[in-house]
Amino acid sequence: MISNNTINKIDNKFLHVEKNSKTIFGFWLYLVSDCIIFATMFAVYFVMMHSISNGPTGKEIFQLSVVLIETILLLLTAIFSGLTNIAVYKKNLRCVILSLLINFILGLGFVSLELLEFYHLIIEGYSPNRNGFLSAFFTLIGMHGIHIIFGMLWIIVIIFQTLKFGVTEMIAIRIKCLNLFWHFLDIIWMCIFTFIYLIGVL
Amino acid sequence: MFGKLTLESIPYNEPIIMVTYSFIILIMLSVFGVIFYLKRWQYLWSEWITSVDHKKIAVMYILLAFIMLFRGFTDAIMMRVQQVLASSGNVGFLPPHHYDQIFTAHGVIMIFFVAMPLVIGFMNLVLPLQIGARDVAFPFLNNLSFWLTASAAILINVSLGIGEFAQTGWLAYPPLSEIQYSPGVGVDYWIWSLQLSGIGTTLTAINFLVTVIKMRAPGMTMFKMPVFTWTSLCTNVLILVSFPVLTLTLFLLTLDRYFDFHFFTNDFGGNTMMYVNLIWIWGHPEVYILVLPVFGIFSEIVATFSKKSLFGYNSLIWATIVITILSFIVWLHHFFTMGAGANVNAFFGITTMIISVPTGVKIFNWLFTMYQGRIYMHSSMLWTIGFLITFSVGGMTGVLLSLPAADFVLHNSLFLVAHFHNVIIGGVVFGCFAGLTYWFPKLFGFILDEMWGKRAFWFWVIGFFVAFMPLYILGFMGMTRRLSQNIDPEYHSMLVIAACGSVLIGIGILCQIIQLYVSIKNSRQNIDVTGDPWDGRTLEWSTASPPPVYNFANIPIVKSKDEFWRMKTLQQENILQSCIYSKIFMPKNTGFGFFISFFSLLFSFSAVWHIWWLLLFSLLSIIYLFILKSFKKNDHYIMSIKQIKKIEKNNKTREMHVK
Repeated sequence: MISNNTINKIDNKFLHVEKNSKTIFGFWLYLVSDCIIFATMFAVYFVMMHSISNGPTGKEIFQLSVVLIETILLLLTAIFSGLTNIAVYKKNLRCVILSLLINFILGLGFVSLELLEFYHLIIEGYSPNRNGFLSAFFTLIGMHGIHIIFGMLWIIVIIFQTLKFGVTEMIAIRIKCLNLFWHFLDIIWMCIFTFIYLIGVL
Repeated sequence: MFGKLTLESIPYNEPIIMVTYSFIILIMLSVFGVIFYLKRWQYLWSEWITSVDHKKIAVMYILLAFIMLFRGFTDAIMMRVQQVLASSGNVGFLPPHHYDQIFTAHGVIMIFFVAMPLVIGFMNLVLPLQIGARDVAFPFLNNLSFWLTASAAILINVSLGIGEFAQTGWLAYPPLSEIQYSPGVGVDYWIWSLQLSGIGTTLTAINFLVTVIKMRAPGMTMFKMPVFTWTSLCTNVLILVSFPVLTLTLFLLTLDRYFDFHFFTNDFGGNTMMYVNLIWIWGHPEVYILVLPVFGIFSEIVATFSKKSLFGYNSLIWATIVITILSFIVWLHHFFTMGAGANVNAFFGITTMIISVPTGVKIFNWLFTMYQGRIYMHSSMLWTIGFLITFSVGGMTGVLLSLPAADFVLHNSLFLVAHFHNVIIGGVVFGCFAGLTYWFPKLFGFILDEMWGKRAFWFWVIGFFVAFMPLYILGFMGMTRRLSQNIDPEYHSMLVIAACGSVLIGIGILCQIIQLYVSIKNSRQNIDVTGDPWDGRTLEWSTASPPPVYNFANIPIVKSKDEFWRMKTLQQENILQSCIYSKIFMPKNTGFGFFISFFSLLFSFSAVWHIWWLLLFSLLSIIYLFILKSFKKNDHYIMSIKQIKKIEKNNKTREMHVK
């Protein structure tokens, strides 16, 4: 006969594993909903692409060199996200913090370049109020940028939590979700780079 | 300092609004007064507002729905009266500016704040119990979802007394909803209340999907799930996939209105028809989001009161799945007149006809379940039969409208209005009332009064036909929807009949209020101690009514579809209770959901009135609260074996006592 105590222990462990798998699955579902927001926005962009009215076309305003640097910065974060995962697995606090910090800085670089691009466009008179195409362009890129800013905020919070709690199971799960989020944004950016910028300059 | 908000924003000169508003304030004050008098704030806060228990959240959802139903119904009565007056050469009592707000509010309230909370409330109540779970996957998120929906409902009611509501119709088509043609705050109120409730609903969907996929009792495979669980699962897939589109569409309209973007404007490359497409890509699945769970409710009721297992379980599940998929490729039938061309219209016309096939399959499922069954004519069974007839009529007029050529004639006419009321009232509303009668004892431990329930049913169903059949005729006569002035006197007699119908429905509602009162008064006689008043088939009836906070002392092990029925026929009921107990981890109540939603409400209000400092402040508060919550470590408490034994023993002795 199994004692009550053992049952409790099993139950307790089961509860934790179950809770973690629920969290990860729930986060995937959130990503699904966010993905649909982006997919719809892409569709809107393709509808608006030729609604240029009196404004410029994409070909006239896109500066691929800046965008390339942005892309490189963002893809580098994917590597460091992977490194964070390994550090979490090895329970190496210092490496976790370091790789998170590097990701934060790379994200900051990305956002600053993007803001710079926006600034230049607006200065030259290509503001989102100019025509439908620019509205869609600014909204799509801006939505991605806001997601990145949110991710950076999340990184800061995670850093503080790691410092407070150590590399616990809870932190590991949160970092896993953060990484999922970050990779998701990378993929969205790849789509933006290909379908907006590269096809745009053709 | 206060943006666009000035003292002139309050409509002093409109006596109807002022009287209504003072009534609302008076009722609220008296409710607060009673709570103060009874010193129940502490109880209210710790037992209800902060509760993460899915059963209590369900009660709050349903309560919210009924409060809003009252307002939505009042709007309907006002519209009916105005049309009667306007068709007899009178000016009526509602100027167009006010009338337009009323039909917009009526639509928004009935869909977002009556039908949705009812459906989500039932999912909250029944889903975890049916799959043998202790709670939903993310209890805090559940609380947050509810309060977001509630704040959205509060925002829409604030618009009644401060400023105005949209005058655009419930989907706010641009260019009318653009800043150029709707410079007031009405559309902004519309945007933000939908945005809030939409986000709440999306979170709910994530929550329930994880609950159903991950938390079913051991042995319950997908095709052993109860039908209500299945239809809710499909509903939540629909919500997860379609509500983000609404979120984005509202966001784009916000950019147009606030920052002068050109998504949906007439000029500078804006595309108004894109809005109509986007909103219906969300809007059509929304129709099925409302009706699928209700199909599940009817399936449970038919099986229980026919004393048979559901006829063609598999076919019903597959029909539900097919509807889930098809509901995404019919949206264009809402605007055949856009001018997309014959081929596009033909495609969407045909898909619309196809989607009626799985729905027809379901009708036969229910009919054949009743066939040769030992039917007990409980009032929830009456609602079901009423639904079968009413909904079939509504479905057939829908198929009629799916013909693009016919739609060109009937588009925007009262025929359409009659059609969608026919399916929504005959389907969703009847279903929710059936579900309420059916599951009420599970929630509160006593049965609703049958006599008043049956009276309510007859008034509702007769009232419905009297109120809406004339609208079909008026549609054929050429009357367009949303008219408020100078209505052709030829329509007068039909409009009078329709108004009489709405009075009958009003009496039906009155019967329901009396039913509730009588039931509470006689709750001692109508008490249900077995937890299984209807001789039910699914797991929710295997636990006590009301269920203990942990639902099941021991998680049942499922072997067949109608698991509880199987247990009962094999006399294995006591196996459930004789097991040894173990400690249970339960989520702690938390006030974060309430506060986050409060600041979301503040955020939306300040966005409506352009009070930028308050907007920034509430945004920062929301972020701060989320971060604070994430630093909290212990969100569970442990229920000891002693406590569980005590609760279980209590329930058992209660049962013995009555026997």
